[in-house]
Amino acid sequence: MGFMLKIVTPDREFFSEEVDRVIVRGVEGDLAVLKNRAPIVTPLAIGKIRILKDDKERIAAAVDGYISVTKDETTIITDAAEWPEEIDVKRAEEAKLRAEKRLKERPEGLDIARAELALKRALNRLEVANLKKFDDEKFNQ
Amino acid sequence: MAESTRDIKRRIRGISNTKQITKAMELVSSAKLRKAREKMAKSRPYYNTIYDNIKQVLNETGSLGHPYLDTRDVENSLYIVITADRGLAGGFNSNVIRKAEEDIRDKKDNTYLITVGLKGREYFKRRGYNIAGEFIGMTEEPNFSHAKDIGEMVMDMFEKKEIDEVYIVYTEFITTISQQVKKLKLLPSEDIREGVSQKGTVIEFEPSPEEVLDYLIPKYIESVIYGALIESSSSQQGARRTAMESATDNAEEMIEELQLSYNRARQAAITAEISEIVSGAEALK
Repeated sequence: MGFMLKIVTPDREFFSEEVDRVIVRGVEGDLAVLKNRAPIVTPLAIGKIRILKDDKERIAAAVDGYISVTKDETTIITDAAEWPEEIDVKRAEEAKLRAEKRLKERPEGLDIARAELALKRALNRLEVANLKKFDDEKFNQ
Repeated sequence: MAESTRDIKRRIRGISNTKQITKAMELVSSAKLRKAREKMAKSRPYYNTIYDNIKQVLNETGSLGHPYLDTRDVENSLYIVITADRGLAGGFNSNVIRKAEEDIRDKKDNTYLITVGLKGREYFKRRGYNIAGEFIGMTEEPNFSHAKDIGEMVMDMFEKKEIDEVYIVYTEFITTISQQVKKLKLLPSEDIREGVSQKGTVIEFEPSPEEVLDYLIPKYIESVIYGALIESSSSQQGARRTAMESATDNAEEMIEELQLSYNRARQAAITAEISEIVSGAEALK
């Protein structure tokens, strides 16, 4: 028996199922949540969400958000979440190049923090998209 | 009959054309309304979860102060007014504008506005209000990033103390035929503290309750704005659909009446002609 995990984004309920374990990247470092974990609320960094159930693993890319663990369920709230197959690799690639270029040239009035975040988001998406094949095999067995 | 049959015929044709257009617009808004409502249903869990979480945090840390939650003396206010980009939606735009203007008419100089939608911008700009920001062209399909942009702008101004309170005026979607203008106090959102009661479970906050709150409250503000945008977009389509529906009905009614007087005029012309012929034939006898 696992616990209820919900992943919610502004435009949809991304995921809502019982799982055994979920690993997220918190601002303070990676965090694994198991059943009956003590309640916690913490913001998340840009990174992967790893969902484990019955020895199968699914990975999603998450952009910013927070996780809230209560007695009954665990909720991840994020601005955007994508499964690997949903990621538009080309777009992420372009976003990466754009952000890199901007950071290199440093034009007047550049919001560096914002450009860095954009780069991180793009890199994260690409990384998750590349994991796709490997994970699909595992999850769909 | 004063009007000739030809004139009446022409009017019927004109009204039929108008009817066709209103009918088409009705169908278009029906389709858009369905889409908007789906979106609304999908975004509700997000808002509700954030709201619950924030209550939980405040519950745990009851005495914790936060600049976004604490009231201060009000000098300048900001109103976010959500209208549509286009008209022909019955009273949709004017209701929102009226509600907002009721409040700010007497303190024009101490009020800033963020207008969402072309109609609101036109109205308030013409009357010389201070417009701090405008967002147009997205009222039919608002994205979360729009809400984020508005939210960032508002919070920035609030932090710099350029404004001391923020209201949002939008249209709440109740049913397809009923929408209601609502005014909500966004900042400082003291009412979120209310109704905080249940104690018991201890929740960890990483790195600290203050930082979690720092993160959650802007999220909450953004989600409220997003909710208002989504509600307004559904309401807009609902209002437009209703308006176009009654326009179509009216056109149908007018056509019916005109058809009646057309028939009457035609009959009168025929009768007149017959009596002319008969009296002509009488005269020849």
